[in-house]
Amino acid sequence: MITRNATPPAPVRALKGVLLTVCCALIVVPFVGIVSTSLSTREQIVRAGGFVVIPDEITFAAYRALFTGGVVPRAVAVSVFITLVGTALSLASTTLLAYGLSRPTSVAHRPVLMIVVAALLFTPGIIPAYLTIDMLGLLNSYWAVILPAVVSAFNVVILRAFFMEIPTELVESARIDGASDGQIFARIVLPLSKAVLSVIGLFYAVGYWNAFFSALLYLNDSAKWPIQLVLRTYVVNQQQLGVDQVGTADLPPQEALQMAILVISIVPILLIYPFIQRHFTKGVLVGAVKG
Amino acid sequence: MLPGLALLLTFHYLPLLGNVIAFKDFQPYLGLGGSPWVGLDNFRVIVEGDPLFLKALGNTLVIMLLQIGIVFTLPIVLALLLDSLISERLKRVVQTILYLPHFLSWVIVISIFNELLGGSGPINTFLRQNDLGTIDIIGNAAVFKELVTGQVLWKEAGWAMILFLAALSRIDPELYEASAVDGAGRLRQIWHVTLPGLRSVIVLLLILRLGDALTVGFEQIILQQQAVGIDASEVLDTYVYNNGIVQSDWGVSAAVGLVKGLVGVALVLGANRLAHAFGEAGLYRRELR
Repeated sequence: MITRNATPPAPVRALKGVLLTVCCALIVVPFVGIVSTSLSTREQIVRAGGFVVIPDEITFAAYRALFTGGVVPRAVAVSVFITLVGTALSLASTTLLAYGLSRPTSVAHRPVLMIVVAALLFTPGIIPAYLTIDMLGLLNSYWAVILPAVVSAFNVVILRAFFMEIPTELVESARIDGASDGQIFARIVLPLSKAVLSVIGLFYAVGYWNAFFSALLYLNDSAKWPIQLVLRTYVVNQQQLGVDQVGTADLPPQEALQMAILVISIVPILLIYPFIQRHFTKGVLVGAVKG
Repeated sequence: MLPGLALLLTFHYLPLLGNVIAFKDFQPYLGLGGSPWVGLDNFRVIVEGDPLFLKALGNTLVIMLLQIGIVFTLPIVLALLLDSLISERLKRVVQTILYLPHFLSWVIVISIFNELLGGSGPINTFLRQNDLGTIDIIGNAAVFKELVTGQVLWKEAGWAMILFLAALSRIDPELYEASAVDGAGRLRQIWHVTLPGLRSVIVLLLILRLGDALTVGFEQIILQQQAVGIDASEVLDTYVYNNGIVQSDWGVSAAVGLVKGLVGVALVLGANRLAHAFGEAGLYRRELR
């Protein structure tokens, strides 16, 4: 290690420092600006040309207006519902499927495994997927956004690889002590897999929260829109937020409202990010990925 | 096991069967079963080269090359840079920041880009105030492909490092010591020790990337299509969507989607075979034990 960690010449170190600082700044500065703008007054936003990095005074008017009524509270409720229900279903079915596949004694274990792995290679096209949802009568239903995303073949493969690492002796000894399959699963396998299950659960949750295209494709009724579609309409497409869209007639500046919606859609991700991040450093995922 | 399998079969394999629509002249009121078979008629767009299809194919290929050329290689450089940091804490802070954008949705990423680079954004405001002219990036068809690549880079470059970093940490430090004893400088060490150590991960990720080579940011592009127009932004996936679901030309779109999917599978299998030929483990040799 000595040679590798020997201090490189000063110019090289400076260059590295600059490069990494620039990379980090490219990510951090926009975030700070978005939050600041959402908290700024009209005069300040006008003065700063629409984007405030450090506000002189802070106002929560934009958030108050958005949360008094109109499109945002409804969209947040929809997104929360889709995320919670979806993640619960995903975790339950992924875990059961992966566990079944990790036991060589399971019925039809090999063909089912083939089905899962082949699903990684062959993804259905947009048109047949849409027609399937239509055929099942799920158009304009939240289930159209949730159900197709419930089982990710990739997560099944990762979780199966993890379950296979659990020593057979552990399972065998429990069986000798008279534990049933269900008891073994609930008392031994699940507690051992807490870390990997939480990472997979968080990944599913992020996926549901971020669901955009499936919602665009399947939910025609704008009253059912999740937060990502609201974000597209009022921020990406710059549609004006009027009295009908927010709760009050006293409108804060558009920029502040837009940035506030953006912040609202980012905050849940920021909240769970530290939990996911903690597991990367432990290498849970990386270890599983290399199979 | 059963519920998961049932869902996978319903929402993954049922649509795969639904691909028969590519061989039919689909009429919504007749249903899939009742619509007449038309053989390979729907594939004529591809064979005869419908101009809109060719446009989509061309844009897809250009964006694909940009993405494999830049978005695939830059994270390797970034990982080398980060790996050479000595302080573990600093390393973790930088990692935490760089991974974050991966978890944001495309809607969020594009909102951020529009806000910063748009005509009334802070950069152009600053330029205008100082009489430096303005940069016209958002909604400009001429630089759309570069913009798209930049967005992918911002969102995914950090995350893409993760497997490279893991591989770097597994390289035996003795190799570095031995090469230093033999008089290798820093750059030679990277060339002779580090890059060979990364080879199998690079090959694996490249194979996986080839599988979606023709998938170039569907959500990302759909979101910006209104602003830049079809000419610069139509790619295969958006063509399938616009032509099929928006214009109801179901059969033709499904045919294009089907061919695209098959090309992807062929690329993965072909690349994997090539990797085996060069003595690499490739993608799935170990997976199906």
